[in-house]
Amino acid sequence: MTIDRTEPLIFDKSLPGHRAVDLPAAGVPETDVSKLLPGVPLRTTPPRLPELAEPQVVRHYTRLSQLNHSVDTGFYPLGSCTMKYNPKVNDEMAALPGFAELHPYQAQSEIQGILRLMYETEQMLLEITGLRRATLQPAAGAHGELTGVLMIKAYHRDHDGTERDTVIVPDSAHGTNLASAAMAGYRVVEIPSSPRGLIDVEALRSNLSERTAAVMMTNPNTLGLFEEDVLQISSLAHEAGALCYYDGANLNAVMGKARPGDMGMDVVHLNLHKTFSTPHGGGGPGAGPVAASATLAPYLPVPLVHRSETDGTFTLDYHRPLSIGRVKGFYGNVSVIVRAYTYLLRMGADGLTRASEDAVLSANYLRARLQGLFPVPHEGPCMHEFVASATAHLAQEVTARDVAKRLLDFGIHPPTIYFPLIVPEALMVEPTETEDLRALDSFVGAMRQIDREAREDPEILRTAPHTTVVGRPDEVQAARHPILRWQA
Amino acid sequence: MSLPVHTDDDRRRLLEAVGVSHVDELFSSIPPAIRQVRLDLPAGLTELETRTRVEALSAADTTPDSASFLGAGCYRHFVPAAVRALVSRGEFATAYTPYQPEVSQGTLQHIFEFQTCVCELTGLDVANASLYDGPSALAEAAFMALRLTRREEILVSQGVHPETARVVDTYAGGPGFPVHRLPLDALTGTTVFDCASLSPAIGAVLVQQPNFLGVVEDIPALAEAAHAAGALLVVSVNPSTLGVLEPPGRLGADIVAGDVQVFGNAPSFGGPSAGFMACGTAHIRQIPGRLVGQTTDSEGRRCYTLTLQAREQHIRRAKATSSICSNQALSALAATVHLALLGPDGLRERGEICLKRAHHLHAALCALPGVRPFVTGPFFLEFALALPCPAAEFAQAMRGHGVDPGVPLTRLLLGADAGPSGAGTSPGGLVPEHVLLVAVTEINTPEALDRYVAAARETLAALTPEEPTP
Repeated sequence: MTIDRTEPLIFDKSLPGHRAVDLPAAGVPETDVSKLLPGVPLRTTPPRLPELAEPQVVRHYTRLSQLNHSVDTGFYPLGSCTMKYNPKVNDEMAALPGFAELHPYQAQSEIQGILRLMYETEQMLLEITGLRRATLQPAAGAHGELTGVLMIKAYHRDHDGTERDTVIVPDSAHGTNLASAAMAGYRVVEIPSSPRGLIDVEALRSNLSERTAAVMMTNPNTLGLFEEDVLQISSLAHEAGALCYYDGANLNAVMGKARPGDMGMDVVHLNLHKTFSTPHGGGGPGAGPVAASATLAPYLPVPLVHRSETDGTFTLDYHRPLSIGRVKGFYGNVSVIVRAYTYLLRMGADGLTRASEDAVLSANYLRARLQGLFPVPHEGPCMHEFVASATAHLAQEVTARDVAKRLLDFGIHPPTIYFPLIVPEALMVEPTETEDLRALDSFVGAMRQIDREAREDPEILRTAPHTTVVGRPDEVQAARHPILRWQA
Repeated sequence: MSLPVHTDDDRRRLLEAVGVSHVDELFSSIPPAIRQVRLDLPAGLTELETRTRVEALSAADTTPDSASFLGAGCYRHFVPAAVRALVSRGEFATAYTPYQPEVSQGTLQHIFEFQTCVCELTGLDVANASLYDGPSALAEAAFMALRLTRREEILVSQGVHPETARVVDTYAGGPGFPVHRLPLDALTGTTVFDCASLSPAIGAVLVQQPNFLGVVEDIPALAEAAHAAGALLVVSVNPSTLGVLEPPGRLGADIVAGDVQVFGNAPSFGGPSAGFMACGTAHIRQIPGRLVGQTTDSEGRRCYTLTLQAREQHIRRAKATSSICSNQALSALAATVHLALLGPDGLRERGEICLKRAHHLHAALCALPGVRPFVTGPFFLEFALALPCPAAEFAQAMRGHGVDPGVPLTRLLLGADAGPSGAGTSPGGLVPEHVLLVAVTEINTPEALDRYVAAARETLAALTPEEPTP
């Protein structure tokens, strides 16, 4: 008999007449709503929101939380996502009333603390990236990409480069790189990677032209390999009149070791929710600051935080005539920025460098321990992550997906699968620096058992997971007959 | 500094297993020319030292109280303690995107509940899992409308918040979609839509409800005009009003977007919050962002999964509907929990409190000498006043009385966020330095309203000495 431990929808638990919120009386002379809103169409049927008392609401969402895997509950070696531990002090600092309750339009004399925090965050990120100025406005990595590409577009518009309509990306790139370039109105050309898994410099050279606006790259790339030819790549791009975009998704590998600015990059986005330890939130909010070289800094969105040379006060600087404008309301995901600032202060120069070292060391450890079971097609050492392949298991009709699903039974979140697209049956493993040796070893143990099961009892993998609240969802049914909301 | 998890002994074992004697060997692929020697940042601090530093910065800010009347796109509402308690749970906060649905049912189900709430609020059939924020959601909605109409021009009402309009301008600047403005009526403050002057290339008409001046727009008339021109009507709505106002989706809006900051999310100096977007079923293939769908597992149990992903960047790459890869799951959860706590009655009551208090304050202030409504259209919880003195001077003097009376319109319109296409001209082209935008929510107690009026009377008397009667 199937045991159903799922939780009903909150709408199905609703009991008319119950409520959880007590509100004060208006406390002003009673007037009829329709008199206050003359001629305005008023709601005739109320929205079908749930009607429940507070304990039932709290139980429902507590129960839902228990259906999640999270960094707080287990190992999460999800490649490209940097699922490091999120220190609890960060959350407490973000909740301080002097940040959480601030309104974005308070007078500048009332917001000196938060402006200073934003300014100092920018300064620290500039030191880490080796660039000139940064905006904290974008809400996420992909949002930062869009911002950076729009800045590139504005630059070319100002420098007789309107015929530059193409952005070059390697085939190992995140999908967001291509989508952001396309959203900014560019044509995208993908170039193949070399057999070593790096950008093929000759392929790049032959694709660069007077129509190239930018080259977008991730370094270390999505195979977890440092692009050794990065200086040649940025020189070639610049010689062709193009600019260089750096996807900072993998910055966790190189803090204190190498800086995008020194690599010749013109614009970089960072993911505060990856490298700088802010929680991922189940898919957001994150933050995707964008740092720019002297060439592109004038195009950053407004406002930037300005520090007065004379009296040290902070103001919001809107007078930036070349700015692309805005990509978001107000100033960014500020509570995320407070968390990252807290992390940066606490880590300091040595802590950040040590974080990158340990992230790389742990990835290489797993790579070495798994090499015989799930080979890595590209030569190492790797940086903070590596991409193994489960192709050897296809003979037993076991796929990377089956391996991933079986890992769930061990209480371990699987690696990223089927990405990057250039590795068949890809398993992209990123342990991060916050997992201890015991956690790394239990992952190796689980992978060993899975490898054994693939040979001895492959059915257990094909039907995995077996211990989770639900099994594999029927994705085809979900897409063919979309049910996207509760119906009574 | 935050302590590393590896002991020295563990580190030695790791190095040994990897086959290197020093961790630097693992970084040998970085060319020597760019190898960094050290980061020029201060040394790390202990948790206690860190707290002290960050708390000092927080203390340097002024925390608003019940006598703060700032709004203009960010509203202070009461958030029940249960919201923070639930949203803070590590199982929600430290999870990633629900790519493995079997261990992400918590996130997937609360997003499905969020989508349902947005449909219920907006009066439309389909809502996505949330977007970055209200302004970027409106820009995305404009792009979506252009894809659906196969047109290339956008019409933005001057009733749309200038910062939001600037976001639309910035997004549109990439592909080079022309953006035009629709003026506001100088008397009523509502959007004037003259179909005759319309370019046939306009595919998206963008309005805000209530608009930037707080005025409730005539959505049925705007929808009719947009449709007559072959365009889609996109409405950016403050969802706080939707327990009282008829939803735009039932009044002819094709796409409804907005921000759920008003439910469960602290102002936090303007972010994070979550943008939302809803549309009709016919337009489902063009909606950007994540969608969670209901399905069943192999045992027939009801479950949830990300679906219709062929619209998204990780599948479609350069041909995706947007580059957005995430949503604002935790901010959306805060909104869902708050809405579940409010229920339909709570939502309506909260809206009515804001509405009644705003009208009470409006009437009291307009009875003061020299104060008049800037525009006459119906308003909900926010209104624009024309003062007999510059609004910035008035606001500064009022803060001396402990009342933050509202946002001077100049702050938003003059230079600050006036984009190249003139996002920030006011009705009739006036430079509105005398105009103040006042927002009232349930946070602003009746006592605070009285304090406002008393302080305003005193302040205006000081700033605008009465002419001696001849």
